[in-house]
Amino acid sequence: MKFLPLIWSNLKRKKLRTSLTLLSIVVAFILFGLLSSIQQALVGGVQLAGADRLIVRDKVSIINLLPESYKARMNRIPGVDFATHQTWFGGIYQDPKNFFMQCPVVPEEFLKMFPEYLLPPAQSNAWLQTRTGAIVGRNTAARFHWKIGDKIPIQSTIWAQADGNRTWAFDIVGIFDGAKKGTDTTPLFFRYDYFDEARHESGQTWAEGKVGWYTIHIKDPAQAAAVAKRVDAEFENSSSETKTEPEGAFVQAWASQIGNIVLIVAAILGAVFFTILLVTGNTMAQGVRERTGELGVLKAIGFTNAQIVSFVLAESCLLTVLGGAVGLGLAWLLTSRGDPTHGLLPLFFFPTRDLWVGAGISVALGLATGFFPALQAMRLRVADALRRM
Amino acid sequence: MAGPTNWFSQIGSITKFGLLSLPQRRGAAAATVIGIAGVVAVLVGVLSIAAGFRQAMAVSGSPDGAIVLRGGSDSEMVSGLGRDDTRIIADAPGVARDGQGPLASAELFVIIDLPKRTTGTDANVPLRGVEPAALRVRDNLKVTQGRLFEWGKDEVIVGRGAALEFAGLEVGSKIKVGRYEWPVAGIFSANGGAAESEIWTDAKVLQDAYHRGDSFQSVYVKLVSPGAFAAFKDALTSNPQLNVKVVRQSDYYAEQSETITRLVTTLGFLIAFLMALGAVFGALNTMYSAVASRTREIATLRALGFGAGAVVVSLLLESLLLALAGGVLGGGLAYLAFNNFHTSTMNWQSFSQITFAFRVTPALLLRGILWAAAIGLIGGLFPAIRAARLPIASALREL
Repeated sequence: MKFLPLIWSNLKRKKLRTSLTLLSIVVAFILFGLLSSIQQALVGGVQLAGADRLIVRDKVSIINLLPESYKARMNRIPGVDFATHQTWFGGIYQDPKNFFMQCPVVPEEFLKMFPEYLLPPAQSNAWLQTRTGAIVGRNTAARFHWKIGDKIPIQSTIWAQADGNRTWAFDIVGIFDGAKKGTDTTPLFFRYDYFDEARHESGQTWAEGKVGWYTIHIKDPAQAAAVAKRVDAEFENSSSETKTEPEGAFVQAWASQIGNIVLIVAAILGAVFFTILLVTGNTMAQGVRERTGELGVLKAIGFTNAQIVSFVLAESCLLTVLGGAVGLGLAWLLTSRGDPTHGLLPLFFFPTRDLWVGAGISVALGLATGFFPALQAMRLRVADALRRM
Repeated sequence: MAGPTNWFSQIGSITKFGLLSLPQRRGAAAATVIGIAGVVAVLVGVLSIAAGFRQAMAVSGSPDGAIVLRGGSDSEMVSGLGRDDTRIIADAPGVARDGQGPLASAELFVIIDLPKRTTGTDANVPLRGVEPAALRVRDNLKVTQGRLFEWGKDEVIVGRGAALEFAGLEVGSKIKVGRYEWPVAGIFSANGGAAESEIWTDAKVLQDAYHRGDSFQSVYVKLVSPGAFAAFKDALTSNPQLNVKVVRQSDYYAEQSETITRLVTTLGFLIAFLMALGAVFGALNTMYSAVASRTREIATLRALGFGAGAVVVSLLLESLLLALAGGVLGGGLAYLAFNNFHTSTMNWQSFSQITFAFRVTPALLLRGILWAAAIGLIGGLFPAIRAARLPIASALREL
């Protein structure tokens, strides 16, 4: 520690060079933070998936509906705690660009199934009492300035109402928050009984009593695979065979449909850090070359090779850790306002886990860039070094 | 005073000096070149995703093609039309005809789960039921391997892109649709368009398999000319028997690609801009150290009568040349790594997969080189000015 001033003054020797190098490191870590957040937005749902939940969908395709009567049969399957369903509504609020998900659900079961949606008890009671009531996530409510009591018209691309009209009006009775940082608070949920009756009255009888997909709460997460098998066996050879998998696997498959995000992000970050490695490594090498004489003096007055090596490594690490801290901090600030696309990436945030990964990378980068200059400094022979003064 | 010829020869000789001394600063020079190459490779690479996607969508829609959907629907997935509707549409004014009748194909569009080759996870692959006119409505559709499915028979043909991206779609293999197994009769190409992501079969076969009765989801028509669209649209939308939405094929596909291309382009520019900022710092470093190591040399030249302007320009040239080398290197790398890289993604309008190839176009390469040049000029400017302002007397004393 007592050598810190020496290391610091070495960095200060070429202020311009040090600050330019520092700035490029800062930029690299801002990029790291932004890309981590984008990756989180696209594939991070997997970590939020409940280990005790299974998703059941039609075996051929998720667009095929399943009978509502399956719920009672699922509830009787050993290992199943309870099941509930959701259906894709495909609604548009004012403009197709204002995308957010809407689903008809059965309120009591739904709120019990997804405790990550936090709704005050008074509001959930109001929902149970209002047939046309809907609850909406904080994100979407804030985006469109909706308040409790508002009547919101939503035009469905799929479902017609009793009178054949496709514009549905919902009464906002509740606004829910997310229990975890990444909980998606963009969707709107409304009541299935209201929805199905309208389908009946509008003559969409082909879909009457049919729902999109089921979520099953299981009693023991360790039994997930066995229960999933039992569910699929229950509906085998029926007109609607099912495919059941843990929520995490379902989300992962969905994410990989978007593309291989992890690979693309890794490739870009690889290019960024390789570049920074070169720039910083070059700065360090130049610094050591210029100080050959001084290092020789240090060696001559009795500093060991190990000490010289740690001087150089400490200097490069100080540079990268400083740059890393500033860069990660700025990335944190930049991403703290949430989804920049308003709706396309609801899970956009900089995960704490990646913050630590970034901190680790900054140290590794320091060691890597300091390695060759340190080696060079260690191999210096005192006589040669002093002659070059 | 020195004439322009003299000025140019001054620039020439200083630049030559600078370039000849590059090997002594090879570490710093290489860091600059590779740094800029990295920026250009990422910029071109990310934008090639958007270019490829836009291209796939652009070749899908010809200007004389139109799509008719149910009113209020934004994609085929949620649309629905009865047999009576599709007849009226086929007989509407403006629809082209040939010996076999109107060029209008009523179609069904569903998705089925098939495993992605790269990850093995389920993906929503589009399955389209078509009528015989479909092959004449679309330009450029060719069966490249095997043969067309037989009309009325449980068989499919598979788009080239789908066959590349999803497992089990070779000619002769069978796909499972519910409880049915349908053999793959052939592979078709559509000039790289969206249809190549799809599996096709006879609409009647698909109606039966999905219990759809005699209903469809869309009608694809070829018009007599691009100009006939307005009359065609008016005739259908003013018809009280119909409630339909009529769109030009080119507009339909442009709209479908808008979300993804905008997202990818914005992200691409943001990432490349930040990287470019980092590269400018790197280039500044290199050029400052170049100036520092040549302090005496520059002072000597100035003492001999070389102009400050010539020093500035030649240092800028040196920086520009390094940057251009980086730009060419990065563009070349991006071309080798990304051009025609085949992949698939989600089409957010219908939640189905769409396959496409990345495209590194000449325009993208040019843009990459321009970025490189800008980085080089900015990175060279301040060091060059410092060099020109060096007090000659004290710089010479460093000798």
